[in-house]
Amino acid sequence: MTSLTEKRAPRTHDQKHKIRGKVQRREHLTGWLFVGPFGVVFLAFLIAPLAYALYLSLFQKKLIGGTSFVLFDNYVKAFTDPSFLSGAWFVVRFALVAIPVQIAVALAMALILDAVTSLFTRFSRLMIFLPYAIPTVIGAVMWGFLYSRSFGPLSDVFGLFGATAPDFLSSSLIFYGLLNIVTWQWAGYYMIILYAALQGIDPTLYEAARMDGAGRWQVARRIKIPLIAPALILILVFSLIGTLQFFNEPQFLRYLAAGTIGSDFTPNMYAYQQAFGLANFNYGSAISFALGGLVFICVYAFLFFTRKRRSFL
Amino acid sequence: MKTTRTLATVAMLAAASGLVACSSDGGGSDASNCTNTITKQDLPVVTMWAWYPNMELVVDNFNKANDEVQVCWTNVGQGGDQYDKFQTAISAGTGAPDLVMVEMDRIPTFQIQNALVDISGYDLEAARANYGEGAWKDVSVGDAVYGVPVDGGPLAMIYRKDIFDKYGIAPPKTWAEYEQAAQKVKDAGGPLFGDLGANVPALMMALQIQKGAAPYTYDPAQPESIGVRLNDQASKDVLEYWGGLVRKGLVGTQDQFTPEYISGVINGNYATYISAAWAPGYLTGAGVGQGQDTGTFAVAPLPQWDPTNPVQVNWGGSAFSVTSQSKKPELAAKAAYGLYADEESLTDGWTNQIIFPLNLTALNNPEFVDLKVAFFDGQQANKEVYVPAANAYQGVVYSPFGQYYFDAMTKQISAISAGSVTGSQGADRLQEDVTKHATEQGFTVR
Repeated sequence: MTSLTEKRAPRTHDQKHKIRGKVQRREHLTGWLFVGPFGVVFLAFLIAPLAYALYLSLFQKKLIGGTSFVLFDNYVKAFTDPSFLSGAWFVVRFALVAIPVQIAVALAMALILDAVTSLFTRFSRLMIFLPYAIPTVIGAVMWGFLYSRSFGPLSDVFGLFGATAPDFLSSSLIFYGLLNIVTWQWAGYYMIILYAALQGIDPTLYEAARMDGAGRWQVARRIKIPLIAPALILILVFSLIGTLQFFNEPQFLRYLAAGTIGSDFTPNMYAYQQAFGLANFNYGSAISFALGGLVFICVYAFLFFTRKRRSFL
Repeated sequence: MKTTRTLATVAMLAAASGLVACSSDGGGSDASNCTNTITKQDLPVVTMWAWYPNMELVVDNFNKANDEVQVCWTNVGQGGDQYDKFQTAISAGTGAPDLVMVEMDRIPTFQIQNALVDISGYDLEAARANYGEGAWKDVSVGDAVYGVPVDGGPLAMIYRKDIFDKYGIAPPKTWAEYEQAAQKVKDAGGPLFGDLGANVPALMMALQIQKGAAPYTYDPAQPESIGVRLNDQASKDVLEYWGGLVRKGLVGTQDQFTPEYISGVINGNYATYISAAWAPGYLTGAGVGQGQDTGTFAVAPLPQWDPTNPVQVNWGGSAFSVTSQSKKPELAAKAAYGLYADEESLTDGWTNQIIFPLNLTALNNPEFVDLKVAFFDGQQANKEVYVPAANAYQGVVYSPFGQYYFDAMTKQISAISAGSVTGSQGADRLQEDVTKHATEQGFTVR
């Protein structure tokens, strides 16, 4: 914890490396003062709970026999626990499908909105962004109703063709049901980030490309996308972390489909259930840390493979 | 060692500051944010969590009549939501109210964590005569009494008269007849006959007990030893039976208590609904029986496996328990004896079918027994079905890890509905799963 804040100080330090002595010490102090409020909050609300959770995860509390120190037994249990493993496998699979879909949709929309300038663009931009402004809980509940086969619109639509509507809350289709909700919710947000990055590109590049005979498609493919690659990687990391920690949407759809979405559906839900449903705070903490480890590995692997592109981290 | 202790202290402080925040916004032991208004300001106050729909009236009635203690009530959520909060308060050691409403099947779960107070020392004899023996058994662990019974949930078969008339069937008296009737309706192109909801494991437990299953045996004198029998023949048979109904397309697999299910009930998608005596009140609250389906419902006794030897079972039913975090357990116990025990509250409860009362004043009240229930189109449901079922109910031994057991059961019912396991495989897996959990929790499984 202290090492983090210390690291921060030398950075401001370095930039002013020519100044010496008193000034330097005073600046050092000023730096600490600026970092202070953040540091306190950071320690109290992030590092301390993390440390406490880590501490908890090393113990085991039994209904009979009380609490005992077990070191890494909870972690061994987690990585052999079919509930945790199947939940982890689900979120990894979900990430592999959901992230490319979301980014593809966001990128396509951003490119269109960037290329087309009309009165309608502003409105469309707002509308595409709107789902992100709707709270996840409301979004999940709303989709839960839209998926309903007895009073949702799906049955009417499918009824027109004489077909029965698919049940997106059944165990075979819940993957796609959630995929749709997540894409709907997040694609607009990613679109805004990509759109902002596109707006930052120097327009003279397009002119130069046009003079060399590039069409719109070629401009998009050879100029726009490569230049917004850092923003793409940024949203990839965001969505990777978010998807691996999947919680809100399945947790709320559980009220409609508890049979399909078990309490161990995703690792985060499993940790929640262990901690707050079964009072097993120790194992819940261990699952959270195990999930943290999984997220770290995935993000690290991703950043390692894209290291040439990254300019923001 | 020293570092560990320092770390622990720091962590405790951090956690405690968090919990203070929790309890002040969640109600808990704080008496300043009651949902009800306390008029007798100078009396001692006990805090309470409960979720009966008419709880505000019940609390007001109690407070008005009582000059010794006042109740400060909050609804922190129904069923599982409240249990999660209570469980968190138990683990934290602070934040629980003086009194909680608990379903009877949860009492051992909280009792084993020493979260509930044995009220037999607090002038219990005065209240004992208000309830029958079976009711007291469900709130007791051994000789210790951990709650005051309020309502019960004798099971029965609610059915659609219009559907039964249309397909010419009489209410089935046995489960074999139930399946035949279901087949008949299906062959005639009718709706589903019932529903196997994965999210109502307590119902499945009751149905298994009806066939003779005894899921848990437990002697409070030896708390570390528990008998777990979730895959005996009776348990398997009942799961096989329902799995078979699903496979043959005779019943649905929709989760219950969802808008989807309720709209199905209203639309007549299910010919029967196997549920407890509190169901009509719940259904009415959810808008059932008020539109096109007015007067289409009736109730019949629960189908039996062996009609010569009928068994009645219970689903749900609640009690008021004093928590061990209470600093005024005696006052809390007094409040528990008095709440929902006055005639006005009870009458409101049973006329609106919010509760099936266990209080003998209500159970023996001819007005209650003879009530022509509007939801059932004037049928004398209490006299014909629910009161006999409640009287024949024997009581059950519930498990001290109810939440885990129900979650595991939900998983298996879901798998059975999806056809990925058979009923007996599901029972075997459930046994394995729960045994493993019990062993991990330090029990010796017999």
